[in-house]
Amino acid sequence: MAYQHNPPATSRLAQSIVASCLAIGIILAVLVAGKTTSGPMQFHAFIVIAAFLIGIVAIFNLGGRINDEKHEPSPSGVFYNNGVIKYGIIASMFWGVVGFTVGDVLAWELAFPVLNFDLPWTNFGRLRPLHTSAVIFAFGGNVLIVTSFYVVQRTCKARLAGEIAPWFVFWGYQLFIVLAATGYVLGVTQSKEYAEPEWYVDIWLTIVWVTYLCVFLGTLWRRKEPHIYVANWFYLAFIVTVAILHLINNAAVPISFVEPKSYIIYAGVQDALIQWWYGHNAVGFFLTAGFLGIMYYFVPKRAERPIYSYRLSIIHFWSLIFLYIWAGPHHLHYTALPDWAQTLGMTFSIMLWMPSWGGMINGLMTLSGAWDKLRTDPVLKMLVVSIAFYGMSTFEGPLMSIKAVNGLSHYTDWTIGHVHSGALGWVAYVSFGALYCMTPWLWDRKGLYSLKLVNVHFWISTVGILLYICAMWVSGIMQGLMWRAYTELGFLEYSFVETVASMQPYFIIRAVGGLMFIIGSLVMVYNIWRTILGHSAEEATPENIDNAIAAQALGE
Amino acid sequence: MSDDNKEIDEVTGTDTTGHEWDGIKELNTPMPRWWIYTFIVCCIWGFAYQFLYPSWPLIDSYYEGYFAETQRDRVHAELASYNQIRNISADKIKSMDLAAIKNDHDLNIFALEGGKAAFGDNCAPCHGTGAQGFVGYPNLNDDDWIWGGSLDDIHTTINYGIRGVHEDTRINEMPAYLRDELLNKAEINDVVTYVESLADNSIHPAAGSSEIFADNCALCHGEDGKGLQELGAPDLTDAIKLYVTDRDSMIDIVSYSRGGVMPSWNGRLDEATIKSLAIYVHTLGGGE
Repeated sequence: MAYQHNPPATSRLAQSIVASCLAIGIILAVLVAGKTTSGPMQFHAFIVIAAFLIGIVAIFNLGGRINDEKHEPSPSGVFYNNGVIKYGIIASMFWGVVGFTVGDVLAWELAFPVLNFDLPWTNFGRLRPLHTSAVIFAFGGNVLIVTSFYVVQRTCKARLAGEIAPWFVFWGYQLFIVLAATGYVLGVTQSKEYAEPEWYVDIWLTIVWVTYLCVFLGTLWRRKEPHIYVANWFYLAFIVTVAILHLINNAAVPISFVEPKSYIIYAGVQDALIQWWYGHNAVGFFLTAGFLGIMYYFVPKRAERPIYSYRLSIIHFWSLIFLYIWAGPHHLHYTALPDWAQTLGMTFSIMLWMPSWGGMINGLMTLSGAWDKLRTDPVLKMLVVSIAFYGMSTFEGPLMSIKAVNGLSHYTDWTIGHVHSGALGWVAYVSFGALYCMTPWLWDRKGLYSLKLVNVHFWISTVGILLYICAMWVSGIMQGLMWRAYTELGFLEYSFVETVASMQPYFIIRAVGGLMFIIGSLVMVYNIWRTILGHSAEEATPENIDNAIAAQALGE
Repeated sequence: MSDDNKEIDEVTGTDTTGHEWDGIKELNTPMPRWWIYTFIVCCIWGFAYQFLYPSWPLIDSYYEGYFAETQRDRVHAELASYNQIRNISADKIKSMDLAAIKNDHDLNIFALEGGKAAFGDNCAPCHGTGAQGFVGYPNLNDDDWIWGGSLDDIHTTINYGIRGVHEDTRINEMPAYLRDELLNKAEINDVVTYVESLADNSIHPAAGSSEIFADNCALCHGEDGKGLQELGAPDLTDAIKLYVTDRDSMIDIVSYSRGGVMPSWNGRLDEATIKSLAIYVHTLGGGE
């Protein structure tokens, strides 16, 4: 069927409206800069003024480029918006390396506390949210935004909705990251884990996120395909739920509109429950649903195989969505949270096991008929290992939510290991796979600069991940057992200091594993950069599989 | 679902759904049986657990579960069982004096073990896990006691602290000779040399420095500089130092004084624990 696709255009009116909004923002920021007593907030106001001024110029510049330049449609006649995705790939890699590096600095600080140099900006308490936000929101968020922009266009056969809006989402999100990160280092925080930014940064993120939702929905609305592909269900669930989580968990009253400090409207155990309802569903809908969206597009695409089971994707999607939202209280076992809420959190976590594994089955079984490609295609190998890590950590999660297990694992390094098997093995690997796929497709290259370097990246970081999670299993279980060890006379056998001292060797192993992971990611940055430049290492790959896939994708 | 586009996948022999997005098709494979059954078993287990334990919220209360047992009940029971083991001996320790506890074989072992546990959680952050001390925090393994090393002395120190908040706390403050203009820099320099000469015969103090020592320091540290435990004045003639790391640090101490604080543990720890700690610390190496 031939659809009529129009070349992109944007109106003066749209440009003027957005520019006016930014101008209003500048006025507000000038007021804040003049009246605030807080140095960091003044600094943030100056960043906002500079960013918005650049934004106003960029909007008219962008409008000119869109309206005056000649646009080439893809072979199927769609004028895809690829520019913003290319920026997003570079931003993802940049924030990834930053986030991994800060994480490893923290790992070394834990092993050797003198490494914080007694400076307020580099102490553990300020760098830790910098690490978590950089890897989850800056790296993961950028990967999700750009892959969703890529996938929704291809699977809907439609250009992204809006011309200014996708760019606003991208650059607005980077501004959010900069405001959040500089805030942490300067000591601005509302002290909610994974939701540390203060109220004004939260409001900015809300504006950006709602725009993101509109772009995504608008593109779905324009689709030229009769059905919505499963990847898009997951992306949509991710975008909508994160918006709800963000709004509810960050409900706060600022002490003044020109001061950074605010107070969360919930108190005590209610606050804790809301926080972990948010925290767990950030894992569920940001780090699971969103990245399953990536998996559902890039794995079948790369393996050139159909998705294993349509029915399984429906059932596991809806059961995952329904059950995940209940599981948060398992973060608060044996606390002031009432027993009944703990029971619900734990039992729903167990029920969540199979719905999570549905994604793993669908991903792995999609490989049937294509397993031989693992020998020649390290990118596919990375994607498959990411699914394996996904399966492992979504089994470990329900296990750890059982109260008896949690009594041992909670507050120990086991939790840190669990998180990182998911974060490094699943989230980062599926992201790397998607980045390796998209780069040659978007820049019209025949293939990656070097598949051998992908293999190097794969092995060095896989060993790094294994060192990390094994060290944390040993250290965490040892820590938990030491805490609960009683002597025959009924006294605690170990003091807290002794348990910390016993963990130092594992802290060092963990830091070495993290370092290997960073080295791997730098190899990827080099490889992708050479690919963008159009270079090729001229390797004789057995079946030149990367080129075959790239050529197939170039057809679109 | 457009049935016209359905096809049979060659590799698996399964038919597709007929959908296609950007080259991606879907197989119509049924859900794996083991997946469905495991899911159902997990759900049954979940609902059974909810039936047995507190689970669903009601309007102003909650469903208490078939066992009607809470984790609070369980933790109380667990603590009670440990207390039962400990209280028999702890009660005896409370009522007996320190020497008698030490002479009772079983009670002594109990006090040592309890003391070690309490030491790790309360004392180790300053004195070190091996009680080896740090600069400014005394080593408890040697026999150089600032406030006395008998069982009773140690007990008093732990109980009331040093420069602590308790009214019976041990207290004595060294003057800051330079800041308070009691001595000038040259005199301080001389008296420091004199103190160094107490431990080292090869050092010859300046003339008149012994008078400065006698007039200012001897009152607490003694004519011979060997210290006075009743006043918490350390022995200056031995090699064991609390703050001194070099000559400069000694000049600094005489000029600006020092005086660390040890908390009064009375009221923070119970009597039996404090007594146990005294016995434990006494055995570390240098108890008098």
